[in-house]
Amino acid sequence: MSVLIVLDQSDNHIKKSAYEILSYGSKLAAQIGTTAEALVLGTVQDDLKSLGKYGVTKVHQVNNETLNHVDGKLYAKTIAEVVSQTNATVVVFSQTHTGKSVASRVAARLKAGLVAGAASLPDTSNGFVVRKTVFSGKAFANISIQSPIKVISLNPNSVSTVLTEGTAEVNQLNIVIENSKIKIIAVNKITGEIPLTEADIVVSGGRGLKGPENWGVLLDLAKVLGAGTACSRPVGDAHWRPHHEHVGQTGVQVAPNLYIALGISGAIQHLAGVNRSKIMVVINKDPEAPFFKAADYGIVGDLFDIVPQMTAEIKKLKGIA
Amino acid sequence: MKILVCISKTPDTTSKIAFKNGNTQFDDAGVQWIINPYDEWFALVRAIELKEKDPSTIIHLVTVGAADCDPIIRKALALGGDEAFRINADSNDSYYIAAQIAEIAKQNQYDLIFTGKEAIDYNSAALGGMIAELVDLPYISLATLFELNGTTATITREIEGGEEIAEVALPLVVSCQKGISEQRIPNMRGIMAARTKPLKVVEPAAIDNLTSIVNFELPAPKAGCKMVTADNVPELIRLLHEEAKAF
Repeated sequence: MSVLIVLDQSDNHIKKSAYEILSYGSKLAAQIGTTAEALVLGTVQDDLKSLGKYGVTKVHQVNNETLNHVDGKLYAKTIAEVVSQTNATVVVFSQTHTGKSVASRVAARLKAGLVAGAASLPDTSNGFVVRKTVFSGKAFANISIQSPIKVISLNPNSVSTVLTEGTAEVNQLNIVIENSKIKIIAVNKITGEIPLTEADIVVSGGRGLKGPENWGVLLDLAKVLGAGTACSRPVGDAHWRPHHEHVGQTGVQVAPNLYIALGISGAIQHLAGVNRSKIMVVINKDPEAPFFKAADYGIVGDLFDIVPQMTAEIKKLKGIA
Repeated sequence: MKILVCISKTPDTTSKIAFKNGNTQFDDAGVQWIINPYDEWFALVRAIELKEKDPSTIIHLVTVGAADCDPIIRKALALGGDEAFRINADSNDSYYIAAQIAEIAKQNQYDLIFTGKEAIDYNSAALGGMIAELVDLPYISLATLFELNGTTATITREIEGGEEIAEVALPLVVSCQKGISEQRIPNMRGIMAARTKPLKVVEPAAIDNLTSIVNFELPAPKAGCKMVTADNVPELIRLLHEEAKAF
């Protein structure tokens, strides 16, 4: 019996999402009276024993170059092998792009019940019940997992990370990996931008900005906050901003600590993409904009007047010129 | 070429979400049901485009659900698709649904299995991966572009912070999202033709549900928006920094 936590990696480094699930998995292990171990697939070069400070006793690695790209089939086979070797009864993923595709394969392979999009630690007082977000974040469902092995994929930014004093034992696994049937021809990373799904702060613009030539005020605010930039669907459809910035029901779902919406009315489909944000701020000149009902803070007024003031004020606070 | 498109019935995107029977069931009073947008606009339309390019292509649709799914299946057939299967079972468990569809897939040797990125009601994004594992096929998720050259697919898919372009030989499973195709409206001819296209109701295979829903919860009501006047922008920044500790 143990908890196995599968960490996302890219470019030889563990991703930010890993720290949260390390804490989650460790807390879960303590809750059910067992230990937590982590698994890293690929030629990751980070200091793995230091991951012990998130509460894991062991970090296993399959240091194989083929695993640097996520081939779900190879990942599922390898993870299932490690589950068997470690007698894991709970497998934890982060519900990221990678996590979604791999957790599902692993669950099917192990005939293990899956809760994908978990929002908190399971209730293990009577069975094993995991709360997850449903209806695009408009509600929660409490899901009971009935199988002996359980797979949980946690929504990013759901639980806090807790640091301890521990170090982990690092274990290099010798598992033979076949060649991948997926041939990667190109990888295009968006450079100079913070990926929206990892951004702590997101500044988003809607039709209220009136045109792509006006995006400067938004970009200045985003820069001073170190924020990712996003937009509403009409803005994406009109090609004012790149497709990958569109947040909403049929776009990207984000869950930052702070979401600032400029000139966005707040249609239900937009809210479905942002309702897991911890704090929402709305700037809109229409006092009837539905977004104000969902927001935590708001100003009714002309964003071209207000946003530069916000930027100036934040610069003052941060002591930036 | 044979393509299987997996579709599901979901509430319309503007539906107010409520629960009944002690919060154990979704309250469908007054709810408009639609085909899950990712399944319709992307998985189904892309398959139809492939058939338009190669008319010898056969498209099958599959859904796991009760008879109240039939209207959305007919709508999907009206858009395109030659034949539909409805596995007559009601379940919320991804494994159960995937395993039922895998049974159909094993009987039919599809070259491509398309799903939407996720269902807008349960948001698990698990179906494609589970089907792929159960029928032992490669799976490419979050495809934004799909091109076919003979029996090799070239697929652009979203990864964290960018995109990846991959080449994979058929057969395979793909989950589809925005970019891969454009939403279509069924025309009169399609609607008429859909009435006589086969919709086969299949009894479910003996498969276990590995999860079940205990109950639902609505989020705690928001405290209400704290409004700041337009002439007092510094106050907003102060609140965000000191009260909300948002930056």
